[in-house]
Amino acid sequence: MNEASETVVVAGPRQRPGDRFFRYLTAAFGLVAILLAVSLAVSLWRGSQAAWLKFGPHFIVGTNWNPVKEKFGALPFIYGTLVSSLVALVVALPLGVGSAIFLSELASPTVSDVCSFLIELLAAVPSVILGLMGIFVLVPVVRAVEPFLSRRLGFLPLFRGAPYGVGLLAAGLILALMILPYITVITREVLLQVPKPMKEAMLALGATHWETVWGVSLPYARSGIAGALFLSLGRALGETMAVTMVIGNTPKISASLFDPAYSMAAVIANELAEAVGDMHLSSLVAIGLTLFGITVVINGLARLMLYRLGAAGK
Amino acid sequence: MSRHLRRKAFGWLMFALTAACALLSLSVLFYILGYIFAKGCSSLSWSFLVHLPKPAGELGGGIANSIVGSIKIVGLASLAGIPIGVLGGVYLSEFGSGRLGFLIRYASDILNGVPSIVTGLFAYAVVVEPMKSFSGLAGSVALAIIMIPIVLRSAEDFLRLVPQTIREAALALGVPQWKVILRIVIPSAARGIVTASLLAMARIAGETAPLLFTSFGNSFWDSGWLNPMAALPHTIFIYAISPYDDLHRQAWAAALVLMAFVLAVNVGSRLLLRPSSATPR
Repeated sequence: MNEASETVVVAGPRQRPGDRFFRYLTAAFGLVAILLAVSLAVSLWRGSQAAWLKFGPHFIVGTNWNPVKEKFGALPFIYGTLVSSLVALVVALPLGVGSAIFLSELASPTVSDVCSFLIELLAAVPSVILGLMGIFVLVPVVRAVEPFLSRRLGFLPLFRGAPYGVGLLAAGLILALMILPYITVITREVLLQVPKPMKEAMLALGATHWETVWGVSLPYARSGIAGALFLSLGRALGETMAVTMVIGNTPKISASLFDPAYSMAAVIANELAEAVGDMHLSSLVAIGLTLFGITVVINGLARLMLYRLGAAGK
Repeated sequence: MSRHLRRKAFGWLMFALTAACALLSLSVLFYILGYIFAKGCSSLSWSFLVHLPKPAGELGGGIANSIVGSIKIVGLASLAGIPIGVLGGVYLSEFGSGRLGFLIRYASDILNGVPSIVTGLFAYAVVVEPMKSFSGLAGSVALAIIMIPIVLRSAEDFLRLVPQTIREAALALGVPQWKVILRIVIPSAARGIVTASLLAMARIAGETAPLLFTSFGNSFWDSGWLNPMAALPHTIFIYAISPYDDLHRQAWAAALVLMAFVLAVNVGSRLLLRPSSATPR
């Protein structure tokens, strides 16, 4: 795409000083992005040095978080973050892929475009507003539904315990709402890219429309859907406000989804402004660094999968 | 029933389920919008928009300082974030096929994926700690860092949509390349770049997490950039977790104000960019 302009710059008979100046100028602005990414990582690393030196690996596997006694173990937060995000994926994946199949296979192009724009709007709702809905609408509903769930599914440890309302289940449901647009929109775009001849071949062999979707389109879109999943996971892991407002903010590890928990982002949000000492501050930054590391890896995987599909940058 | 019919019926059943999924997703959106509208409207009034909050425990009061604070914080962040993002995007689309271009893309993708609370930590470390004070400035720095990669990548996408032949035609007439870019390429992509910038502004206007320990919040008019400043999403958060019904009511009204702005920008930019294929995120 850039070959033409590239030739002019590199191989042209003479390069005007103005051109070179302009090129360096814009490069300087692009460099800002690199500079920010590097200094962000360095700053988190330096800020968390004290905590890593004092606790070492125990920081990640320790379960005791007590700022007053200066004991810091981040496992309950890591657990809460991972489990609430997993709940979100389990809820949002079938819903998102289902919507995407409908939008790409059945709906007319206009309806499909309008609907996918509307679903994308869901991603534009500020997370603090979703949290507000969470506190006053979702949590009471969850509290009402939990006794029913534990009566029916109580044989699983996941669905036992007192119905608090706030907890991993509520947090997971709010997160599902936030990642649903990503899964739907990306999956729809990938499904629209499935080559027509492949589907026609399947239909010509006597398969029904659904069997074509199931046997051709979905397998073709597999890596795109996986990419969308990882991208959503990256969003869910780092989501702060909505989770803080409904997860219950209790640092403990419990098998039940009904119990209040805590997430990595939420503990930073709640405690940083009032950190009681340097070690507390450093431990919170260490949690931030861990979160940063996890999301960089997850987003990298997502991009790899979408890139393989030729849909990179989405 | 014949085997063929059974297969067909199963297919239609599954398609009906996918339609139900889409319907459910859409109705959640409309439920959220409708609920905020209904809850917010009943508490929204002119005096709510132009008055300061009342002291804790007293009924009434407004969110004027939060609205002004949000405009200031988002405005300053945009003043830094949009030029950096757009010019960086120019580099990527016009000169960015080499290794530096790859690195810039890579770095901005990383930045794009960083949780906003972590960006807040960074702003805390580079602005709040050295200055020993929470400040609106620190909030703007955090929001600008969130904004730069968004504007950068979407500006690149829109600039790439400008046909190569236009560049070649201008170059063939002997126009210097920098002039071609400034006078022809950027104006051709202007509509896309403007909408991308507006969308980025709407996005950071709703960010709360990075403001918690940078701009910190304030119940009065702020006293300058180097002091704590109120912001709309942050005020919604504070009110939502408070124990007072009156503040909950105000949180809904404030949420309606924020939501109206975000919706207006999103729907407006959609209308501005008619051909739907030209809307990269």
